[in-house]
Amino acid sequence: MSDFSKDGYLNMELLRFTTAGSVDDGKSTLIGRLLYDSKQIFEDQLEAIEQRSSQRGFEHVDLSLLTDGLKAEREQGITIDVAYRYFATPKRKFIIADTPGHIQYTRNMVTGASTANAALILVDARKGVLEQTIRHSFIASLLQIPHLIICINKMDLVNYEEAAFEKVVDEFKQLSSKLDIKDVSFLPISALLGDNVVDKSKNMSWYNGPTLMYLLEHLHISSDENHIDCRFPVQYVIRPQQTEYHDYRGYAGRVSSGIFKPGDKIKVLPSDEVAIVKTIELFGDEIPEAYSPMSVTITLDRDVDISRGDMIVRENNVPNAMQEFDVMVCWLNTTPLQVGGKYAIRHTTKDARCIIKDIRYKVDINTLHRNEEDKNIGMNDIARISIKTTVPIFFDSYRKNRHTGSIIIIDEATNETIGAGMIV
Amino acid sequence: MILYHLNHLRELEAEAIYIIRETASQFERPAMLFSGGKDSIVMTHLARKAFYPARIPFPLLHIDTGHNFPETIEFRDKMVEEIGANLIVRHVQDSIDSGRAKEEKGPNASRNMLQTITLLDALEELKIDAAMGGARRDEEKARAKERFFSHRDEFGQWDPKNQRPELWMLLNGRKHQGEHFRVFPLSNWTEMDVWMYIAMEKIDIPNIYFTHQREIVKRDGMLLANSEYISIRTTEKVEMMTVRFRTIGDMTCTGAVLSPANSLQQIIEEVAASKTTERGTRSDDKRSETAMEDRKKAGYF
Repeated sequence: MSDFSKDGYLNMELLRFTTAGSVDDGKSTLIGRLLYDSKQIFEDQLEAIEQRSSQRGFEHVDLSLLTDGLKAEREQGITIDVAYRYFATPKRKFIIADTPGHIQYTRNMVTGASTANAALILVDARKGVLEQTIRHSFIASLLQIPHLIICINKMDLVNYEEAAFEKVVDEFKQLSSKLDIKDVSFLPISALLGDNVVDKSKNMSWYNGPTLMYLLEHLHISSDENHIDCRFPVQYVIRPQQTEYHDYRGYAGRVSSGIFKPGDKIKVLPSDEVAIVKTIELFGDEIPEAYSPMSVTITLDRDVDISRGDMIVRENNVPNAMQEFDVMVCWLNTTPLQVGGKYAIRHTTKDARCIIKDIRYKVDINTLHRNEEDKNIGMNDIARISIKTTVPIFFDSYRKNRHTGSIIIIDEATNETIGAGMIV
Repeated sequence: MILYHLNHLRELEAEAIYIIRETASQFERPAMLFSGGKDSIVMTHLARKAFYPARIPFPLLHIDTGHNFPETIEFRDKMVEEIGANLIVRHVQDSIDSGRAKEEKGPNASRNMLQTITLLDALEELKIDAAMGGARRDEEKARAKERFFSHRDEFGQWDPKNQRPELWMLLNGRKHQGEHFRVFPLSNWTEMDVWMYIAMEKIDIPNIYFTHQREIVKRDGMLLANSEYISIRTTEKVEMMTVRFRTIGDMTCTGAVLSPANSLQQIIEEVAASKTTERGTRSDDKRSETAMEDRKKAGYF
């Protein structure tokens, strides 16, 4: 549709980011401000929050009400779960995973962080780096979010002074030396009044950097995916029961990483059989190359026994295939982790079972200290554990590959997802 | 160096196809809910893409309120014929006749709420363990917190405080006997994304999305289509207007918008300039501030 490509809409990229901070940091106000100043609020939405603001006797429209979701939250005035918000500018479409920053909701932040390209962390300019800032930054680093944006908020309450901003930057830099973060930016803002959110502040002439919106629109995200190690977990085998496609075998799935092309020599795990990629297709169109996060169907030059849970890789670049390995786990359930306990796990498209062999250490997420004595891993705790699986798992370390380095742990009795694991 | 990056519509497409394939793999008897609206049409298109050249490996299920726009039913039957899909229809009227559901009374009577009863009965009768729906998180506050794989207890109810965390794209569809899942492949799409995708993929949609002349009754700020299913109050009058529909649901609760838009390009421009949300044309959401949340807890789509 040439008419649409003219206005650039088809060249828009998708950026997913997560926000962390407590109610007091003005996180909901910041999101409300981003939506409001980028003209993403509709009249009926604005009417609803104006009405509620005046009912509560507020002087100005409370933009934080825009992001309150469920009844229980409105009653308590807190956000209790991950809520997703959407807005777009001519350059990018944004998906916000809005998560509460309160300590018992570490699991929500981990959830929101797991698919994010960027994390926004709010710091109150008056209070500086707090325990919760450490906690949020640690989770962003653990989940390997590629870009971290530290919003130093409430600059209006410190007279927009550069010194107040620099103090927080210095505090954060000391902290971040202990973390594994690739790209950090610092921004002085006021979410309440709109300084440096969408529009450049007139109150901080000493600041020459970008506004938050500019930064979000220009973060370099195209290298966030791994385009080196070819990994294709087979999700579904397409075998049409129609005479015209009698011999058709298509292996459907989503590329985890690397770039696949017709003619590539591949190997299938766990059978170790080799073959050559005949076509890569979607809906009858042949695709010259497939890369993450594309969903495609691969056909091969010969008959190979492949089923869901198998992995197609390049012959000369294979993942680890092991049954015993270490995982950094975030526990998500009120029932504590049991050493010796047996659980179901899911890794890419593969199901397996595992036994917990050992708890190596627990991380105090407020101080980042490792505690090797405390073996009690409950809800919201983060620990390094050793597990043994029933079958070999084809993985890369989480640091190298977020898709083939992650697992979820499932309680076999309740079927709940109770742990999020990053393979070390 | 070539940048390997998808535009946002292709990324949303890839995500939705992944979720649809995952549903077909993890469940024994999945089905796709089909209403004849643009979201379910896009979802059906994605299902075709996901399994091509094979046919869609699960049935489409239409919960028919009996108060449909005739254009929707015509479109449905033609589409099903063309793509060779298996369509199952269950009627709200049958639930009323058997005494399972009770018709609402009064000028605002709607069968929208009754759909839940027919839907839950159909899921049980057909032993469907995963029902894919075209709901999007941008539509409504309660939907903003939905998972891709949303667990329902044996009564079909949603418990928003006790949802399974969803990490990376590792979807957990394990369940006990009698429980089922609702699956939302279009969770991350907005109204604009849906229209752009329809244009990009040249997907056919019912003609009532485009401008036409129609008899309209103004009620509570909404433009309702005149039909045998609504009763006109003495203070109301029926007028001929140039309208189109932004969403298509039950005729009794779907409002039209005044619009001259007769092409996708014009619809997209209209959506871009729109000052109200899409669900602003739906009276079912206006009954109370938590109308959607309450219906979802009870088992609505």
